[in-house]
Amino acid sequence: MLRLEARPQPSRAWTYASPLLAIAITVLLGVLLFMALGKDPVRGLQMFFWEPIKTKYALGELMVKATPLLLIALGLAVCFRSNVWNIGAEGQFIIGAVCAGGVALLADKESGRWMWLAVVAAGMLGGMAWAGLTAVLRDRFNASEILVSLMLVYVADMVLSYLVYGPWKDPAGFNFPQSKTFEAATQIPRLMSGSRVSVGLLLALAAAAALWVFLFRTRAGFAQQVGGLAPAAARYAGFSSRRALWTALLVSGAAAGLAGALEVAGPIGQLTPYVPAGYGFAAIIVAFVGRLHPAGMVLSAILMSMFYIGGELAQSRLGLPKSITGVFQGLLLFCLLACDTLVTYRLRLRKA
Amino acid sequence: MSSPSQASRLQLAGITKRYPSVVANQNVDLRVEPGQAHAVLGENGAGKSTLMKIIYGAVKPDEGHIEFNGKPVHIRNPQQARALGISMVFQHFSLFDTLSVAENVWLGLDKSLSLAEVTRRIEAKASEYGLDIAPDRPVHTLSVGEMQRVEILRALLTHPQLLILDEPTSVLTPQAVDKLFMVLNKLVSQGCSLLYISHKLHEIRALCSACTVLRGGQVTGVCDPRQESNASLSRLMIGAEPPALAHKARAPGPVVLQAQGLNLVSEDPFGMDLQGIDLQVHSGEVVGIAGVSGNGQRELMYALSGEDARPLGGSLSMEGASLVGLGPQARRQLGLHFVPEERLGRGAVPAMSLAHNLLLTRAESVGAGGWIRTGALAEQARGLIERFRVKAGGPHAAAQSLSGGNLQKFIVGREIEAQPRLLILSQPTWGVDVGAAAQIRSQVLALRDAGCAVLLVSEELDELFEMCDRLHVIAKGRLSPSLDREQATVARIGEWMSGLWPSPAQLDTGGAHAQA
Repeated sequence: MLRLEARPQPSRAWTYASPLLAIAITVLLGVLLFMALGKDPVRGLQMFFWEPIKTKYALGELMVKATPLLLIALGLAVCFRSNVWNIGAEGQFIIGAVCAGGVALLADKESGRWMWLAVVAAGMLGGMAWAGLTAVLRDRFNASEILVSLMLVYVADMVLSYLVYGPWKDPAGFNFPQSKTFEAATQIPRLMSGSRVSVGLLLALAAAAALWVFLFRTRAGFAQQVGGLAPAAARYAGFSSRRALWTALLVSGAAAGLAGALEVAGPIGQLTPYVPAGYGFAAIIVAFVGRLHPAGMVLSAILMSMFYIGGELAQSRLGLPKSITGVFQGLLLFCLLACDTLVTYRLRLRKA
Repeated sequence: MSSPSQASRLQLAGITKRYPSVVANQNVDLRVEPGQAHAVLGENGAGKSTLMKIIYGAVKPDEGHIEFNGKPVHIRNPQQARALGISMVFQHFSLFDTLSVAENVWLGLDKSLSLAEVTRRIEAKASEYGLDIAPDRPVHTLSVGEMQRVEILRALLTHPQLLILDEPTSVLTPQAVDKLFMVLNKLVSQGCSLLYISHKLHEIRALCSACTVLRGGQVTGVCDPRQESNASLSRLMIGAEPPALAHKARAPGPVVLQAQGLNLVSEDPFGMDLQGIDLQVHSGEVVGIAGVSGNGQRELMYALSGEDARPLGGSLSMEGASLVGLGPQARRQLGLHFVPEERLGRGAVPAMSLAHNLLLTRAESVGAGGWIRTGALAEQARGLIERFRVKAGGPHAAAQSLSGGNLQKFIVGREIEAQPRLLILSQPTWGVDVGAAAQIRSQVLALRDAGCAVLLVSEELDELFEMCDRLHVIAKGRLSPSLDREQATVARIGEWMSGLWPSPAQLDTGGAHAQA
């Protein structure tokens, strides 16, 4: 019989091995799932793990989807490491997109090429403001940031709907709930022709590097994490918990808002009710699968992006429902949480 | 010992319990006779608690067998232990604050009894043993000593044949200890056996007629404690005699810390408000604060360290500079360093390396713009580990991987090495092995001899008498006048611990010093 036995101290090796094992189990469960659905599992796995990297264009698309996931996850990692449970990155993403869209709509044919910078800045400020609401409520009234940030997602969604069904609806859009298509000046510059990859990817990678420096090489980053690991120790050292709360929420709001701006002024090009694609929630999984470490999150963002693309391909080519993406995301998180048991426990064979 | 016809109350043979990283008990034998008060003596980490939990059915041994009243038993859980007649009073109470005494006792008893019946039984038992307690009082209004009485009453109501007490006096004033011992002696005279866990030698000698000494999970001796000297018991317990402390007489220097009329309402609704605290600490002296825990020590430490920097009534200054409103970092820059009583989670971040834990209070390895120079930081930690003889796997070992004593050596070392003008220590040797405690005490005294002002809060009177030049007592959020060490006796301090001290005018010389 198998028995769990507490380790004297958490295993470092398993900290890294656990996500890999979780991925392996997820793939295995995926195979079983495809078989149960009567689909060829090899074809199924191809959709998820081969098609997205087969061609240069496909790789580009993989990066297009990985970019917002990575950006949001980086911000969330700051939150989670400081024990601030921001579950509402999706809402900060939406408001970032709305604010960026608002600025983009101000542009006309004569606007300069600098306009995209204003769009991006507006997105970041919007995301910060939305996360700031959570921070105020937590700081001033000690409201649970988990509930508040999550509820604000739905408010943000309503704000977006109101705007695209109402004041910002394109008069020439045949009454479709969408804004005008943004002017070219607002378009996030692309890195190369023939691919939709934009400078957003570079921004996300730079942000990952910046986060690494902040977390592991600065006293401010250290203080931020002490507050998450041991609040009494942070108080003893004199690190302000309010400062940590505000830093965490504003940084993650800015990151999610930036992701929103890059999306609307990038691949989407206008505001529609379909701007929220669940990146804000998926990024929570990205953050944890990447062990809240910048390098790990780069890899997990790419993995999660594969699930997005694979899900779409499975829909169009295998006739599977698109919700297969969500199933894979959920499976991965579930497996990871289960595998993390091995970090603090080890399996032992019990002698009869 | 016992007559051959009579079986031992409890007999353990060859008990072994292994944990992944440590063998808690190895081949332990223990024999308790009926009506015997038997001490289990050992340092923290010697395996006393594991052994008691095995007897109480909370932990299963890997090897060995247990006999109770001559019959082999397998105690699977505490319910079964209670059914056999084994009760335990834990060091940490398990009482519900919002329920009354009777309701708390009721919870642990046979459900067929009515509350009125339980109340009647409590009153009967209480008067039988002189345990003065009102069954209808809510538990949160009780003092710590009273809560312990409730725990003991609860145990007595199950009519135990063997009562286990785990460090029962650590929360009591000396007078309350005397009262407890009267109750325990009466129990023993009625034929109940006691297993009394402690590391305080004089208590064991006063109460027990037999003693089993544990060291590193193994039995190192079985003796009659009344026939042994402190030195011989220490040798059994730690393998060596504790080094004597050199406490040199030294004239105190100028005032470093000055608190006058300090008033502060506790942040915790169940905490203790500070009222009119007057306190002075001079350079080159150790001032001690005695008292039973929960009398305002925690609140006072928060107020002095700056962790609680709310505006307060009265004045608080260090070397003339007001500390009011300053946080811990600002106070540290003035030279005020503090060692909190909780090592893991407050004095150190458990999951972080020793090197990173330096950054909590030290900034020597932080460069411009808050840049951490990791090489210098590791070097600093390595130096500290070496200088203060910390047993650790190097500067990158996680704080939680160290034993209590070694982590405390590291934390105290971290603060001493910062060359403070004022060092405040709260329970610096609580749960620390004797060797580490002796090292910490001698290093603190060396710091005092070098001219640092030291404020020491402790619940161990022995420690205070050993280290302090002057003593205060804290009770119910108020601070007594100070007593010179020569005038401080256990009886006097014990009386003061219940808040009964004379007004400063009534004090002849002790008060004069505090007013200086």
